[in-house]
Amino acid sequence: MGKTLAEKIWDDHIVRSAEGEPDLLYIDLQLIHEVTSAQAFDGLRLAGRKVRRPDLTIATEDHNTPTIDILKPIADPVSKLQIDTLRNNAKEFGIRIHSLGDADQGVVHVVGPQLGITQPGMTIVCGDSHTSTHGAFGAIAFGIGTSEVEHVLATQTLPVSRPKTMAISVEGTLKSGVSAKDIILAIIAQIGTGGGQGYIIEYRGSAIRELSMEGRMTVCNMSIEAGARAGLIAPDQKTFDYIKGKPHAPEDFAAAQSYWETLFTDSDAKFDVEITLNADELEPFVTWGTNPGQGLPLNGSVPNPADIKDSEARGAAERALIYMGLEAGTPLKKIAIDTVFLGSCTNGRIEDLRAAASVLQGKKIAPKLRMLVVPGSERVRQQAMQEGLDKVFLDAGAEWRNAGCSMCLGMNPDQLAVGERAASTSNRNFEGRQGKGGRTHLVSPLVAAATAIRGTLSSPADL
Amino acid sequence: MEKFIKHVGTGVPLRRSNVDTDQIIPAVYLKRVTRSGFEDGLFSAWRSDPEFVLNKPEYKNGTVLVAGPEFGTGSSREHAVWALQNYGFKAVISSRFADIFRGNSLKGGLLTVILPQEAVEAIWVAIESDPTTAITVDLETRTVSYKDVTVAFELDDYTSWRLMEGLDDIGLTLKQTDAIDTFEAKRPSYKPKTLPIRI
Repeated sequence: MGKTLAEKIWDDHIVRSAEGEPDLLYIDLQLIHEVTSAQAFDGLRLAGRKVRRPDLTIATEDHNTPTIDILKPIADPVSKLQIDTLRNNAKEFGIRIHSLGDADQGVVHVVGPQLGITQPGMTIVCGDSHTSTHGAFGAIAFGIGTSEVEHVLATQTLPVSRPKTMAISVEGTLKSGVSAKDIILAIIAQIGTGGGQGYIIEYRGSAIRELSMEGRMTVCNMSIEAGARAGLIAPDQKTFDYIKGKPHAPEDFAAAQSYWETLFTDSDAKFDVEITLNADELEPFVTWGTNPGQGLPLNGSVPNPADIKDSEARGAAERALIYMGLEAGTPLKKIAIDTVFLGSCTNGRIEDLRAAASVLQGKKIAPKLRMLVVPGSERVRQQAMQEGLDKVFLDAGAEWRNAGCSMCLGMNPDQLAVGERAASTSNRNFEGRQGKGGRTHLVSPLVAAATAIRGTLSSPADL
Repeated sequence: MEKFIKHVGTGVPLRRSNVDTDQIIPAVYLKRVTRSGFEDGLFSAWRSDPEFVLNKPEYKNGTVLVAGPEFGTGSSREHAVWALQNYGFKAVISSRFADIFRGNSLKGGLLTVILPQEAVEAIWVAIESDPTTAITVDLETRTVSYKDVTVAFELDDYTSWRLMEGLDDIGLTLKQTDAIDTFEAKRPSYKPKTLPIRI
């Protein structure tokens, strides 16, 4: 019997396999950031261990960094200590780091692909659950905890039990105004926040093939919101073209590509679970609740918990409506928004900024609404400025910031106030995620831009 | 890592599903560079509500958290495990855990026990009617027991052994250094390296 794509990559990385034990997997690349690494480096120091492969490791600053005045000393001393700790650890252990002000600083999952160090057939880990983003290149990429970060630093391997495989096929053609973000939000709404638990998801089908590399990254990025540690897409000519010319593209590109071309699911391979979605029917999607599975097409209305049969889901919906300050039956398009956040590892790449700018061009955002545009990396910011996108955002009344995770997780000063309602292109609408008491609706960049103009959840078609 | 063989303590009923890592410990608490002191951030938003279960005196000394399904969804932050441990929890019982959270907990010696939802409901009822109910989580027999009820749970032999011995995963892997060297020697040369820096 043939193998799935995930099985091929997995088998290519087994250092040791023993009955009744997790496989010991070789890790091709570890990405590091300030929030989940300090305790790992401390562990190495305590045990007198070294970093086995600094040349397969790269660090950047993103989660906790300010997006304004980035070259001034960081005001919050606790944040400053965390950044300084990363810088000192990188220096002590000989690890490459891209710090604030550096051309390659940015959200860790934007930086890897733009440097060309994210390639097909790799195993990639990072102390961040959105590491699944890199799966868009046909890699097994997953988030790990700090103990595992330390393990990979020390050994360049990780003991992991083999996951099951799930295929999600999205067939058909997306309507205009419907994007990768809507695909993944619809998938999560269908299979639930735990639907992917224990699986690696392979996204397939004509609608996935049609997506750009950046769209594919958006889809894979939110695999974890469906409970799957990793999601991937078979590499194709688009993948190869995207890598070509990047700083760390293989020197022997032909040799690499001939391997990459073997990375697909064999026609006689079997997935443990297969799910199909019709792309023709998809609409712009938005979340109404406090987990990413609580989403609906934008044309819908806030659901009535009483209509939900499952008691656990009903209770969750009741609590979500209270937290979100929403009445059952309210049309989603009537929900007024205070803040629009465009950015994050989900939707902070150049195509996302272009999509939003195309809607905002020559228009103004609604009075009293604030819009934060935070590029995913310094390189994305530079590219956007070359294209004049910064002017489009500024002319519309939005704020143009420096790169970082920013309001996606509200760890730096970019936060929602209590009761403030956001339309956000990020990945999590958990209670308080973007600031204590803040309320989040997850949307695509197109919906974010249209919402900024109208002041209520909207799609470009409503303008 | 501290060995986990058997723990006896009282339970805390957390009747919520999808308790995500941002609830367990919000991002603003993740700025510390230590592994300790995270107990003040545990469920910090909910703890401002006097009715929240951890604020009730009868559950103050609980060491076994009994939670709804999909516990620990969201981010990879191991701080969520540290916060629960720093607060004093030794075990968490739920019908479903998020993958990364579960991995982190079992690496760090916080035992996450998967029981059927009906069994979780029965424990909720027992500890709500009598908060002093002693719950025994026994890794040797892989059972949870309270009053006259005993429920078995599953955990693979390898993980159980590692927890019961309190073994450091890195130490175990370093015994495989020869196998890692052999694998590394065969890696194709086109695989990317981060050094030397190319821009």
